Order: sequence, then structure tokens, then C-alpha cells
Amino acid sequence: MLGQGQVVKVGIADMNIAKTPNTIRTSGLGSCVGVVLYDERSKIAGMIHVMLPDSSLGRSESINIAKFADTGIPAMIEQLKLEGIQPFKLRAKIAGGAQMFQFSSGRDTMRIGPRNVEAVKEYLKKFSIPIVSEDTGGSSGRTIEFNPATGMLNIRTVNQGVRDI
Amino acid sequence: MYEKKITSMHLDVLKEIGNIGAAHAATALSTLLNKKIDMRVPKVEMVSFDDMMDLAGGAENVVAGIYLRIEGEVTGSMFFVLPIEQANRFIRRLIQDDSFDFQTGAVSEMGASAMQELGNILSGSYLSALSDFTRMKIYPTVPALSIDMVGAIISFGLVEVSHISDYVIVIDTAINEEDVPNSESVKGHFFLLPDPESFEAIFQALGVQ
Repeated sequence: MLGQGQVVKVGIADMNIAKTPNTIRTSGLGSCVGVVLYDERSKIAGMIHVMLPDSSLGRSESINIAKFADTGIPAMIEQLKLEGIQPFKLRAKIAGGAQMFQFSSGRDTMRIGPRNVEAVKEYLKKFSIPIVSEDTGGSSGRTIEFNPATGMLNIRTVNQGVRDI
Repeated sequence: MYEKKITSMHLDVLKEIGNIGAAHAATALSTLLNKKIDMRVPKVEMVSFDDMMDLAGGAENVVAGIYLRIEGEVTGSMFFVLPIEQANRFIRRLIQDDSFDFQTGAVSEMGASAMQELGNILSGSYLSALSDFTRMKIYPTVPALSIDMVGAIISFGLVEVSHISDYVIVIDTAINEEDVPNSESVKGHFFLLPDPESFEAIFQALGVQ
């Protein structure tokens, strides 16, 4: 790889944009979902590290829009618009939403991974953004890195190796 | 928001909780392993989620993590996080099998169950000390074990807090074996993350306004 670019980092409940030759990554996704919105022609990608499905679950006065699927996705679409990308050109790749621990108790919090994935899919559908590929569920943590130049999402896990989707 | 109401006196109270809890747990660990265990002075901090990962060695740091929920008059999440090498040493000693390794594909059931039991005993002694000190009823759930990136493990415990805030109050006590050279990467940690609603209850039980 001729990775001359830099790696743009996305923290927890955070979002950012990267242009080729840079790549964009987020580390240690567990129940959170990494959502990549990208345009293959302009080689620009945005990544959101979604922590919760819906901002109506938030109970604070000020909300961090990148934290929720329902606010993060439209906000990223707007940011990419400012970069001159029409929403209909956007494609999505998603990863994460694992269930890190198995519990017998049926608390809703315990199912947060699958719920995040469902919410992300719902909102991508709402904005008519097709999901090109995904690696969701399971019980492994993931570190993901997207390369806008190739449109590939690299996924690294501790127990199941590395793969590109 | 809850972070604005916490004063330095409150942080001292929480530090004492970490002190008492972890001291009991470290004693239990030391007895189990027949080995000297060092405990650091606890840190109580209000940190962002990303900083929380840094406390645990960075989001991608691979650890053996025990997680349990606390129910009762105080609710919250508790983690006992060990660097893989340290977890290996502890379990090898416990099950007397020098070939045991969490990083090999198929972890023996014996080793995994020993790790779970270790988590059970340590969190039990931490929380019963906390319960005695505050005279509050605290019920831990059965601990669950995961060998994975610490970011993936701990973010699970941040879900409750994340409904309310982008910051978390963490009671962090680091432990270390006496005969192993000290470095940030080989430290084990107890992390206690009370749910935001529980701070009021804790302070009230201890007579702090």
C-alpha cells in the first residue's frame, strides 16, 4: 500500500470526514456501530461512531448529534453536501453492533448492539442510501478503517482476524 | 446536567469508596494467588468517553475483561480489566497449567471458568466492602467474561451514562503484581461506573450534601 495519507480518527459518539489519500478509522467498536457514507467518484467519506439508536433516549438538555443514529446520519449527509456531494450519490458500509456479553436478564440495554444496527438501517433507508456491505452482530469488538480511494472498509477483530468488505 | 453538581468533596468520598472496595479485592486476589499484589491510590475522574478508553490503555488494547451490572440501591457498571499477559499469569497459577493462554484460539473451559470465578470473587469482595461502608443494598449480577479490545468491552458499560451525558465519573483503581516491572500497559484495573442517578444515593448514605 502506498499509504501516503493520514488517518483521520473518529472517537466514540463522534464523526468526521476524510478525503483521499487520507483514510478514516474508529477503534474498539463493541455495541456501537460505525457508519461510513461515501461517494466513489469524489473519493470522500464520512464516518459516524453511533452509540445509541435514537435521540429520544437522551435525557440531557444538549445532545451530541453524532451519538445517535437518528441525528448522526442526517448531520453527516448535510456535512457531505457542504463538500459538494449530492445525497443520492452516497453509498453506505456499516460495521459493529456486537453483543459483547451474554446475559440471561432481558434488560433492554443488553440488546443495545442489535438495536443500534436496526436503527442505522432504518435511517439509511429513510434517506435512500443503499448499504453496499456490512459486518454486524456477533460478539467481537471491531476496529474499522475506510479508504475513500478504494471504497474498501477494513475490519480488524481480535478473535476473527482481518477482512475487507 | 449531573456533572455540574459534583464537588471536590464528592470526589474524595468516591475515592474512599474505590480505596475500600479495591483494598478488599486486592487482598482477596493476593490470597487466591498467594502472591503480593500492589494497589494504587484510586483515581476518581470525570472523563470523556474517549479519555475513559485511554485510562484502560487505549481502545484497541486487548484485555481480559470481566463485566457486571450492579443492581439495588446503587446501580452501575463494574469492570475488572486485566492485560492479557497478566490474566494468563493469574490463571496459569490458579489452574496450575503453564500452557494456558487466552490468546490461543480455543481457550480451555477450565481457564475461562477460572477467570470468571476470579472476577466473581474480586467484584464480590469489592462490592461487599462498598455495601458495608455505605450500608446500602447492592446486588451484583453474575459476571461475564470477554477477551477483546478494551474499547469494545467498556463502551458497553457507558451505554447507561450516555443517555444523559458525554462524560462519565469513573472510580479507577490500578493493581499490579509486586515482582513484575511497572508500566502502564501491564496494570490491571477495577473500574466502577455508577449510573448518574446513583450518586445522589451514595452521597446521601454517607451524609455528604
